Amino acid sequence: MSLELTETVQGVVNGLSSDFSEDLIEVYNSCDHTYIRVEAENIKEILNYLKSKHHFIFLCDIIGTDRYTSDERFEVIYNIMNLRTQDRIFVKIRVEEEDPAVDSVTSVWKAAGWMEREVYDMYGVRFEGHPDLRRIYMPEDYEYYPLRKEFPLLGIPGSIELPNTTPDTE
Amino acid sequence: MNEINSKVKPQFFEKHQRGIYKSLEDKHTTIEEIDAEDPLNAKMILNMGPQHPATHGVLRLVLQLRGELIEKTKLDIGYLHRGVEKIAENKTYQEFMPYTDRMDYLSPYSNNVALCMAVEKLAEVEVPERAQYIRMICMELARISSHLLWLGTMVMDAGAISFFIWTFREREKIYDIFDEVAGHRFTVSHSRIGGVANDFTDRAVGRIKEFVTKFEQELKDWHGLLDRNRIFIDRNANVGILKTENALDIGATGPVLRASGYQVDQRIIKPYLQYDKVDFEVPTRMEGDNLARYFVRMEEMAESLKIINQCFDKMPKGPIRANNAKHAYPSKDEVYYSMEGMIHDFMMTDTGICPPAGKEVYHAVESPKGELGYFIQSDGTGHPWRLKVNAPSFRNLQVLENILDGEMVADTVVIIGGVDPVMGEADK
Repeated sequence: MSLELTETVQGVVNGLSSDFSEDLIEVYNSCDHTYIRVEAENIKEILNYLKSKHHFIFLCDIIGTDRYTSDERFEVIYNIMNLRTQDRIFVKIRVEEEDPAVDSVTSVWKAAGWMEREVYDMYGVRFEGHPDLRRIYMPEDYEYYPLRKEFPLLGIPGSIELPNTTPDTE
Repeated sequence: MNEINSKVKPQFFEKHQRGIYKSLEDKHTTIEEIDAEDPLNAKMILNMGPQHPATHGVLRLVLQLRGELIEKTKLDIGYLHRGVEKIAENKTYQEFMPYTDRMDYLSPYSNNVALCMAVEKLAEVEVPERAQYIRMICMELARISSHLLWLGTMVMDAGAISFFIWTFREREKIYDIFDEVAGHRFTVSHSRIGGVANDFTDRAVGRIKEFVTKFEQELKDWHGLLDRNRIFIDRNANVGILKTENALDIGATGPVLRASGYQVDQRIIKPYLQYDKVDFEVPTRMEGDNLARYFVRMEEMAESLKIINQCFDKMPKGPIRANNAKHAYPSKDEVYYSMEGMIHDFMMTDTGICPPAGKEVYHAVESPKGELGYFIQSDGTGHPWRLKVNAPSFRNLQVLENILDGEMVADTVVIIGGVDPVMGEADK
C-alpha cells in the first residue's frame, strides 16, 4: 500500500486484513488521521478486537453523518484512541436508509451509551442491544430526526408541544 | 416504588417524562429485587433541576433516594439544545465561529480556536507564529477564567460564600483583559481563520503581565486557605469517586480523567499551536475523588501562568493573520484603502473559505473542561457538510450519572461542582 501510516495503524490494518479480511472495505488518510471503513455487520467484534488486541482502549466519540444518497445513506464513525502510542483512528460503517440499525458497542465501552443515544436522536439510527436507547436532546414525544438533511433549518412549526406558561391552571 | 410511573402525572412531554422514570426503574434492577421491602417508607424520587441554581445551568437529575442515600440517578439533558450543528451546516465557516462562543461560554476563546484550527487544517491555511502565541496566551487565560468560576461555585457549594466573590474579582480582571484584547468581555470571537482579529495593544500586554504576577500570589493565598481546611476536606475527600479502572470505560475527559490517574492531555498527546516549545507539567492525581479534581485544577492554573510567561518570552514580532486573500480576511487597512482588499473582504464574507471536497478533519484541543474536538466533513462549498462537536461536558455528564449512585444526597451539589459541566456545551 502506498499510504503513509504510523506503525500502530499499519499493525491495525494488517491485523484487520488477516482476521476480518471480508469486512475491511477501504483505508484512507485525510488530514493526518486514518479512516478505516468496514462492513456494518461485525462492527462490535471489530471494535472489541481493536480494543483488546491493539490497545485502542479509549472511545472518544461516535459521529453520525447523513450522506443524502439513495443507498447506504447514513454513516456512523467511531473515533477511538490508543493511549500507549497516542494514535487516533476512525472506524466507519455505512447504514441503509430503510430502518437503519447497527449493533451497539455499549458492551465494549460503557461510554458509548450517551454517544449512541445522540446519534439515534439526531439521525434515527437504532443501536441493537443498547440498554437504554432513548432520545437525549429532544423529548421522547418528538417525531423527527433533526440532523437529517431533509429536516428544514427553521424546524417544523407545531411539531413540539410547549408547556402551558401557567401549568397549574388548565 | 416499583411503579413510579403509576404515581406520577406529567403535565407536558408525557412520553418523555415516563421514559425517564421507566429507565430509572430499569437501572440495575438486581438491587431493586433484593430490597423491595420498605417498611419505613424512606424511598422517594427527587427531581432536581432544571431550574435549580446549584446544577450550574439547566441540568435535570432524577434521583431515587432511600433516606439520604442516592440509590440511582438518571440525568435529563437537552434543555439548552439549540441545534448548533444544524446551524453550522447552513453557515460559512467564519460565520459559524461566533456561535462557538455560546457553546462553552465560560471559556469562549478555546472554542473559537478549536474551530478555527480544524478549518485551517482542512483548508491547509498557514497561521503566522505570532498569532499562534496570541492564541495560546488567550487560551490559557480562558482556562484560568473557567477554572476560577468552577473554584468559586464549587467552594460555595461546599459552604463558603465569600470565596465566590474573591474568584469573581479575579475573573473580572480577565474580562477586562479580553475587553482590551478583543473588544468584548464575554463572547470574545477574537480568533479568525488564518490568525486572529487584531494584535495585542501595549496596554493589553501590560495588563496581562500585571495579572499574571498578581494572580500567582492570589493562588498561593487560596491554597493556604483551602488545602488544609478541615470543612473543605471533609466535604470533598472520598466523595464522588471515579476509580481509575472505570475512568476510561465511562469516557471521562479533562481534569476529571486526570484526577483519576490518566495523564491524558491533548497539549501533550498531539501538541498544537506552539505547545511543544513551552515547558509545562500535566498535573495528575490518583484518588479520583472531588478533592483530587480540586488539586488538579488548582495546579493547572499555576501551569497556565507558567505557559503565559514563556509565551511572552518567545513571542516573535510579525503578522497576525495569513497574508493570502483566499485563506483569510484582509486587514482593515487594505479593505478601506484598496479596491482588491474590499473585493477580497466581500468574497470572504460571501462564500468564505472553500476546503477541498470529500475531505474530513478532526482536530482536538484541550479546553478547560477536557478534549474539545471538531469533526468537519467538507463538500467543497463554503459551508461544512457535517460539523460535529465533541463536547467534553457531554462526556463528563455521563460520568456524573455513574458516580452519583451510592452517594449521599447532600453531596450531589458538590459532586456536580467537581465535575464542572457547562450545559451550553453539553446540550449543543
